[in-house]
Amino acid sequence: MMGRDLLGIEDLDRADIEMILDTAEHMQEVGLRDVKKVPTLRGRTIVNLFFEPSTRTRISFEIAGKRLSADVVNFTPSASSLKKAESILDTAKTLDAMDPDAVVVRHAVAGVPKRIADELHAPVINAGDGAHEHPTQALLDLLTVYEEKGRIDGLTVAIIGDIAHSRVARSNIYAFLKMGAEVRVAAPPTMIPANVETLGVKAFGSLREALDGADVVMALRIQRERLADAYFPSDREYSATFGIDRAKLRFAKDDAIVMHPGPVNRGVELSHDLADHRPSVILDQVRNGVALRMAVLYLLAARHPGSKGGGWT
Amino acid sequence: MSRVLIRGGRVLDPASGRDETADVLLEEGRVVAIGPSIESRDAERLDATGCWVTPGFVDLHTHLREPGQEYKEDVGSGGRAAVAGGFTTVACMANTSPVNDDPSVTDFILDRARQDSPARVLPVAAATKGLDGQVMTEMSALVDAGAVAFSDDGHTIMDSGVQRRVFEYSRMVSKPVIVHAEDRSLVRDGVVNEGPVSTRLGLPGNPAAAETVHVARDIQLAALTGAHVHVAHVSTAGAVELVREGRRRGVQVTAEVTPHHLTLTDEATLGFDTNTKMAPPLRSAEDVRACREGLADGTIDAVATDHAPHAVHEKEVEFTLAPPGILGLETALSVVLELVRVDELTPLQLVAALTVNPAQVLGLRAGRLEPGLPGDIVIVDPDREWVYDPAKGYSKSRNSPWAGASLQGRVIATLVDGHLVFHADRGVLLP
Amino acid sequence: MAKNTPDLRSSRGSGAIHAPVAGGVESALSHDREADGRVVLDDLAIRRSLVRIAHEIVERTDDLPSLYLVGIPNGGVPLARRLAANLRDVAELEVVVGMLDTTLYRDDLTAGARPRLRRTEMPSAVDDRIVILVDDVASTGRTIRAAMDALMDFGRPRAVQVVALVDRGHRELPIKIDYVGKNIPTRHDDRVLFRSLEGDAEGPFEVVILNENGGPGA
Repeated sequence: MMGRDLLGIEDLDRADIEMILDTAEHMQEVGLRDVKKVPTLRGRTIVNLFFEPSTRTRISFEIAGKRLSADVVNFTPSASSLKKAESILDTAKTLDAMDPDAVVVRHAVAGVPKRIADELHAPVINAGDGAHEHPTQALLDLLTVYEEKGRIDGLTVAIIGDIAHSRVARSNIYAFLKMGAEVRVAAPPTMIPANVETLGVKAFGSLREALDGADVVMALRIQRERLADAYFPSDREYSATFGIDRAKLRFAKDDAIVMHPGPVNRGVELSHDLADHRPSVILDQVRNGVALRMAVLYLLAARHPGSKGGGWT
Repeated sequence: MSRVLIRGGRVLDPASGRDETADVLLEEGRVVAIGPSIESRDAERLDATGCWVTPGFVDLHTHLREPGQEYKEDVGSGGRAAVAGGFTTVACMANTSPVNDDPSVTDFILDRARQDSPARVLPVAAATKGLDGQVMTEMSALVDAGAVAFSDDGHTIMDSGVQRRVFEYSRMVSKPVIVHAEDRSLVRDGVVNEGPVSTRLGLPGNPAAAETVHVARDIQLAALTGAHVHVAHVSTAGAVELVREGRRRGVQVTAEVTPHHLTLTDEATLGFDTNTKMAPPLRSAEDVRACREGLADGTIDAVATDHAPHAVHEKEVEFTLAPPGILGLETALSVVLELVRVDELTPLQLVAALTVNPAQVLGLRAGRLEPGLPGDIVIVDPDREWVYDPAKGYSKSRNSPWAGASLQGRVIATLVDGHLVFHADRGVLLP
Repeated sequence: MAKNTPDLRSSRGSGAIHAPVAGGVESALSHDREADGRVVLDDLAIRRSLVRIAHEIVERTDDLPSLYLVGIPNGGVPLARRLAANLRDVAELEVVVGMLDTTLYRDDLTAGARPRLRRTEMPSAVDDRIVILVDDVASTGRTIRAAMDALMDFGRPRAVQVVALVDRGHRELPIKIDYVGKNIPTRHDDRVLFRSLEGDAEGPFEVVILNENGGPGA
């Protein structure tokens, strides 16, 4: 059952997810109006606490907050490790004293949003913590699949890419499994974590097998650092073995859709062609991200002082 | 003549196999008699009915942080924490600042211990200069200054050739080399045990192989050189098996295990609490089971705390950045008593792991209740329940996963050289 | 304006996430079996009221083709549809019908309560139209005020009027109801519910009063 914060899909049950998606559908309608603004969170303050820079996600949360008439404040502390700046704890306590109505946290290390949530009265939304979770991304991915396919139950979803280091992969694995899909993962062996099948997915060593009969093909971003660390030998090799183009897409179902959390390394995980054209739904994902984040902010941002936080009924 | 009479306790002395209700009489700081109903007119009496009376505990693995990091612990506070946990002797590791790779630092530590520590302090000197894993330390000079063993603990000697030389040279001074077995090139940036838990957490994993690869290497090298290798903080089933097999082949290998590796699995890290981050990390349930079995069948000789104080501000950071390690001295007994409660160990076996066995690893005639030997004694109430609050403890630091926990079993009194230095109801009593 | 074009979602059915319910009316209208309450308007009385209101609208409105009925979910939606059907019968008029959820415009969202959102579908632009908001039970006036705020974000109507099936009084804002089905005096702690007898969005409907303890009201 959903509590005061949204820290991960792992904490949500199916009913919670359906509630969020349902609310997001309603928020989509606001985005179609001329005046894309409702007064619901007027006078509330939302703080975007992004320790790890991210233009897309931050802007998405900012637009979402502003469409709900909230005041959005962006705070990007310098990466704490080297500078020995304010500790996470001090940052959280200082923020708590300023009494925000919701705090969105992104950090390069797993567990930080939870730590901050322990210190704050305000609800905390995890915008990505290390390789752990990125719940709003998974939720907007679910919403996008619903739009395209009308359902999640019984679909086959193939997630391709650096599963080991991907929070998008983890959150999506939990999300699609909870909503009744079959989930497969495929990547070079160096990028599939130990015991990944304990999460409930089936792991494949070959792209072709993973794509066979898939309804949804989700490509993950390959990070440059992995190349330096020798997780895989070259872009060329990755692209040849696990990159997705129209030819390889033929192994999937005829009406399969292609997704990517962005930004795309063109020519590596997706071909130029697929990055820009159907059946990839990347821009729909982005559009749905705003509606989804509006839904989450609406559901969590409670009035202060005097309240013990939102949760929702 | 000062006399102390400890009356009516269950005397557990593994060295002699004694396990019976008896009195213990001390005179001028030494044990003079153990037996039923000893009479002594002018002795100070300590009532131990319902309690165990054991030799004082010996900890093979403590970090006292002095010189250099006195804000987290020093020889005095560490010594007080030790006796509060029943440890009358602690061996302290060399990763201080400056490193204990020179007799002057060894002298300093011993000096500080004489001034300020109610527990006996035995310095473990570094095996390589600066702990850099390259150049051997002056082992002979260090032993003369008082070092009892050599270890690069906190670091690992990655170059196998250097490790070999260290083992070989140690034979000259007949001291054990204590190895922190972790292949750093396999650990990389791993912070939790590699497995389903690390996958769920999205944190970099530290595979069991990082430990077993080095345990295997070090046992082979010990066999090659005839040295005594002591494996610190065993955490994996693989390592236990390697030690068992090495001993079978006649290699001089001993091993220790921490209270946390006997009772906590990697699932304890699921809340990202940095007080569950240590090196080696908490492992799987199978590994914990193997360590418990290893302790029970004698493959693992000793329980050692790896007491590793860190300041609150150092631990209150991102999980990947927090220094590994937790406190151990004040909770060790209470935590490991659980193995006796579930009948995996007899009381005598547990006491052996805390007393005579670690003493033997260091080649000391200690950890025994024997007439003539110093009166280092602990009185334990195995049933007393208490709540551990590190803020009220003697260590300067607070980093313990048992903070606020209800524990069963407690050290009631500790004597060093026949002097009562700690009593649970009165605290540490300095001379 | 082009932005108020037919809602894109209607082509996918009324939301894939919950089982489609005809007419977008949700289960909040289902019969509350726990408390029976006293019926103040049965289905027949409701039908008659709506016929009468349709006549009144025709009488008072100069420019009938510019009418735009907007139902406030949940209850206002089937009422708006029925009213539209009545206007078709009475004046051979095809009236545009929309639905406008006011939840996001409420002034009383409290800590912990996050009400379910409802459908908004505005098939035509509101500019220069005579918009008639249709609500089931009017009381404090806050819902109507929220509906007007929402309406203003869609454009600039020529006029806004209000139809309420039931006016139970206890107004807190200066809102007037232009067309009323029935005035029902109530105590502050009474609950007045417009509901579907069989949980069906097509009716039959009734209006009941429950007092705070769930029993029939005065």
